Amino acid sequence: MNTGLKKNSANLLPSLAALILAGIVSSIVILILGESPIYIARVMLSGSAGSLSSIANTLEEATPLIFTGLCVAIAMRCGLFNIGGEGQLVIGAFVAAWVGYRVGGLPPVVHITLCIALAGLAGALWALIPGLLKARFGAHEVINTIMLNYVAFIFANYLVGLPYFKKPGQIPQTEDVLQSALLPRMTFLYEYTRLNLGFVLAIAAVLLIYILLEKTELGFEIRSVGHNPLASRASGISVARNMLLAMAISGFLAGMAGSERVLGVHRHFISPFPFGYGFAGIAVALLGRNRPLGVLVSAIFFGALASGGAQVDIETNVPRELVTVIQAIVVLFVACEYPIRKFVFIRRRTAL
Amino acid sequence: MNEPVTVFALALLAATIRKSVPLIFASTGGFFSERSGVVNIGLEGMMLFGAFSGALVAVLSHNPWLGLLGAAIVGALIACVHALATITFRANQIISGVAINLLAVGGTVFLTQVFMGGERSFSLGPSDRLPMWGPFLPIAYLSFICVAGACVFAYYTVPGLRLRAVGEHPRAADTQGINVAKVRFLAVIMSGVLAGLGGAYLPYFSGSFAKNMTSGLGFIALAALIFGKWNPAGAMAASLLFGFADALQETLQGRGGLPPQIFQAIPYVLTVVALAGVIGRSRPPAALGRHYEREASG
Repeated sequence: MNTGLKKNSANLLPSLAALILAGIVSSIVILILGESPIYIARVMLSGSAGSLSSIANTLEEATPLIFTGLCVAIAMRCGLFNIGGEGQLVIGAFVAAWVGYRVGGLPPVVHITLCIALAGLAGALWALIPGLLKARFGAHEVINTIMLNYVAFIFANYLVGLPYFKKPGQIPQTEDVLQSALLPRMTFLYEYTRLNLGFVLAIAAVLLIYILLEKTELGFEIRSVGHNPLASRASGISVARNMLLAMAISGFLAGMAGSERVLGVHRHFISPFPFGYGFAGIAVALLGRNRPLGVLVSAIFFGALASGGAQVDIETNVPRELVTVIQAIVVLFVACEYPIRKFVFIRRRTAL
Repeated sequence: MNEPVTVFALALLAATIRKSVPLIFASTGGFFSERSGVVNIGLEGMMLFGAFSGALVAVLSHNPWLGLLGAAIVGALIACVHALATITFRANQIISGVAINLLAVGGTVFLTQVFMGGERSFSLGPSDRLPMWGPFLPIAYLSFICVAGACVFAYYTVPGLRLRAVGEHPRAADTQGINVAKVRFLAVIMSGVLAGLGGAYLPYFSGSFAKNMTSGLGFIALAALIFGKWNPAGAMAASLLFGFADALQETLQGRGGLPPQIFQAIPYVLTVVALAGVIGRSRPPAALGRHYEREASG
């Protein structure tokens, strides 16, 4: 029990240290802009947690990040780097919009489930392309997922321009989804919130992925392949099968993120689709150390940064891009955990 | 299409070269980094920083040549961050690249605001832009010189051999007395210089800097490097091919009966196909993406 706790704190320390370092660097950046870091932090805090509406904004921004963070994390636990969340999300978003406006006459529960399931499947299929190429040819999934991101944007842009899909008019977008496909918004929190049932689904996804990874045989095999593919193969675990499954689940989660954005927030597919959730998912998974619960916490943290950043953009001279800069710095510092870890270990050893 | 065929072909050729220049620079830059064993998906971000700083220095100094220098220096500085993170601190090379791309998207807008006050884009005045040398900007010629230089360096000089040795078998290189970390550091910095120059081409060509104006060109350059089998001449040929696809798409404007998206997708699809080995397998340097750690003496 005690050793488990120690292991956890050793895992947590580099993340915390990285956050503190990122905070210091961001403060310097803000000082260069001629603003007070404390003032900016206060605005950020009130914009992300100062009222019921700002908390709702934070959770709304966190929702797609939970999905894309899980997407990156589960692939990573299998030793795969899925940078393709962005493209898988776009494909999922398109399918959700299509099924959402085209298929009518269903009760909401069925319609929403259908939209999300098909969006997830589309994302899974898109992720299976690099998965198959990796399993069959050993082609590096990093390059392929990057390339397929752009193919996805271009493909979706092509589809939404076709007369069959395009809403009449100048803008390349689909019709709004039907009422029965809309994810209900949590208007009991505040009237204009875009926070919707998707957040609850995201929490459910966190729990499901946690159970899958930690409590099932499949999860054990996925983690085992991630740790050591050669030893896994030697003990009779199919490396290719687990890689494909991990990629499929990963893509499914990204597709779900796309469906949440369409059914809960935008209500249609538009090209170009809002960009960045997939890449932010990498930061989320990294900070959450690829653990489902860690992803949840770090997604809410980045969601708070985003909603706080919007407030900063409105109230001060500091642009909202500050958030992206902070994200980058956090990622960089978490990635450089080696010296931090070394420092921690050395201290512990001398303490003994 | 009523234009005489030769005029059309010449215009297409010129457009191809104009589209290819940033790709040629950045893919040659990628060559240095990747052949030394360091993955560089931060090319995109280094280009964006190059575009921003090239434009900014030109606007502030009214000297586009100084702007070029600025782009190269800033590219090198950003590359230093990547080198420091991945070589010194042993960060994951892909994650560091992702961070650099994020930093570029946010940082360039941020800095635009600092220097230009509340704007997300800015234009270059007539005196801030490079003159045309014949049909092209001066740096277009420079890009081809860089490719030739990279070829000669990598395949006909001792430091070039060292570069490739470090990327293929760092341990063997180390035993030969080559400083692996130093070679990799220099190679990554070189990739930043070239990516910065490639990025600077964009505002000089279009006359303004805009938020996220590279919009994926760095990844196309990476694709060109892979499709060109990780050598400068191949990467240049691939850059020209991708530039041609882009130029053709713009020239046809949908008149060719094919949707423009087919041309846009060409670089990405070809790269996926090349990696899978369907048309001549593209093989990465053996030690690409791996950290090198000297064996502890104790």
